[in-house]
Amino acid sequence: MPLLQVRDLRTSFHTRDGIVRAVDGISFDVGAGETVGIVGESGSGKSVCCYSLLRLIPQPPGRIEGGTAMFGDLDLLQLSEARMRKVRGKRISLIFQDPMTSLNPYLRISTQLIEPLVLHERISPSDALARAIAELEAVGIPDAGNRIHSYPHEFSGGMRQRVMIAMALITRPEILIADEPTTALDVTVQRQVLDLIKTRQQELGTAVIFITHDLAVVSEVCDYVNVMYAGRFVERAPVETLFVRPRHAYTRALQRSIPAMQKKGEPLHTIPGLPPNLAEGVTGCAFAPRCEIPEGAPAHATTRPALVELGEKHWAQDCPGCLAMTG
Amino acid sequence: MSYLELEHLTRHFVRREGWPIPRKTLIRAVDRVSLRIEQGEILGLVGESGCGKSTLSRLIMQLLAPTSGSVILEGQRLADLPPTEIRKRRRDFQMIFQDPYASLNPRMTVYSTLAEAILTRRPELRRNRAALESAVAVLMARVGLDARYIRKYPHEFSGGQRQRIAIARALGPEPKLILADEPVSALDVSIQSQILNLLLELRNELGLTMIFISHDLSVVRYIADRIAVMDEGKIVETGEADALFTAPESEVTRALLRAIPKIRHRAAAS
Repeated sequence: MPLLQVRDLRTSFHTRDGIVRAVDGISFDVGAGETVGIVGESGSGKSVCCYSLLRLIPQPPGRIEGGTAMFGDLDLLQLSEARMRKVRGKRISLIFQDPMTSLNPYLRISTQLIEPLVLHERISPSDALARAIAELEAVGIPDAGNRIHSYPHEFSGGMRQRVMIAMALITRPEILIADEPTTALDVTVQRQVLDLIKTRQQELGTAVIFITHDLAVVSEVCDYVNVMYAGRFVERAPVETLFVRPRHAYTRALQRSIPAMQKKGEPLHTIPGLPPNLAEGVTGCAFAPRCEIPEGAPAHATTRPALVELGEKHWAQDCPGCLAMTG
Repeated sequence: MSYLELEHLTRHFVRREGWPIPRKTLIRAVDRVSLRIEQGEILGLVGESGCGKSTLSRLIMQLLAPTSGSVILEGQRLADLPPTEIRKRRRDFQMIFQDPYASLNPRMTVYSTLAEAILTRRPELRRNRAALESAVAVLMARVGLDARYIRKYPHEFSGGQRQRIAIARALGPEPKLILADEPVSALDVSIQSQILNLLLELRNELGLTMIFISHDLSVVRYIADRIAVMDEGKIVETGEADALFTAPESEVTRALLRAIPKIRHRAAAS
């Protein structure tokens, strides 16, 4: 039995424009120590999916409509708020995209770092401080003993993201959810932060759910990848399979539109149009309007296609149009 | 003679710290930078954050006065011109910013944003509403926007479309140089490629000269003809885009190249 087993998770937002089905029936497993990626464009529902697991969706307007998320013998979606608080930040923690806004500018780093320890492990502040300093050293902050008493603004962006990682891992969680942890950073700092997450993961055996829109980052850090589009997974595969033998039209189009994969001088492959407006509801294959159907290919599904297994651990939405290979 | 030339361009800032007697430290944000850009060329400017890219772009845009050195456009030293003349010259330089959500005025329709840009170059259109409207429509068509949206506000557009409006606004004053500061890094991959294609198309059709600032080297490699790598205020390496990638000379460039996340699992066929 995997560490976390999510089945048919559905989250929607009830807005004035109608019901937005941001996450529309997704299932995935996270094994101990594994790195699972969720890739998608903005608005595809990848963050909502993870916030739902920790029940951080503002309700209303959000509502978790159904599904289960079995974490050991606990269903994260059914837990009482009091018991949820014992999981959140202790057994599952979260790193956000923007380290500038996720640290409290009024509080010293020390106060913010020892808070999870004091709350979850009820140890004395002085012991907590010693552990916090050790944790800062582990994420590579020099002179941690003095730096811990600084305020967030005294750190650079990359250092702040290190502090966030230290804060997330200080309680030794079983799962770390990283929501676009390097999007706001520049390349060299991104490299350092990715390496850091990886080494800490190996040292502590934490499982990581890695949310990103960057396929190159996915190919470097993830073991297993879920590609999300319009609130559902369109393709799921081990990382190697996904890049070597992508099957779904969306995955293939995404890979072709990366500048690094393109020769200079040739126009970049583009995906025409925009993702569907989820408030209007989606019938049939969600990618159909943007899919360039090759000559003589079968038509797209007219009902929302289900995932089918195509190979070992390789799933894709069963839409004849999207699965038709263009060669 | 090059189209645009930077000659030992330097800008220092003095930081005062401490009280009551401040310690002064000199920050060499841009340090004797010399560069040449030919007409119709796209120059990629890369470097880590804090290396002086933004200060350099503000010097070129004539938004900051250099401590020493000069910007020479078509053989004319811009620093020698009187301030009123510099104001007039400023429309020759236009910028495209990173975040199209922040760089467009939310209270102005596409029409008023673009009309304002066009009027800086062709003030005579102010009295000729029909001609102005058609000029706006031409501009919108140029960047791939439907003229039906002329009365819409920025919030009614998606990120990619907003960046198209921002590009149209930069083209409005018929500039000689466009400075694009991370124009695609806030956009999704599928939209990024649309905007990159548009920029290349505009360069080929209008002969635009462009400085493309980014920290994403794979994007810069794709779009730029030449790349300049900046570190601590200095240009440490310049070269043809592909050459710089395959045979980097400086350690800074090598470090930047090493840092790019790469797709490790490549399909044999593609």
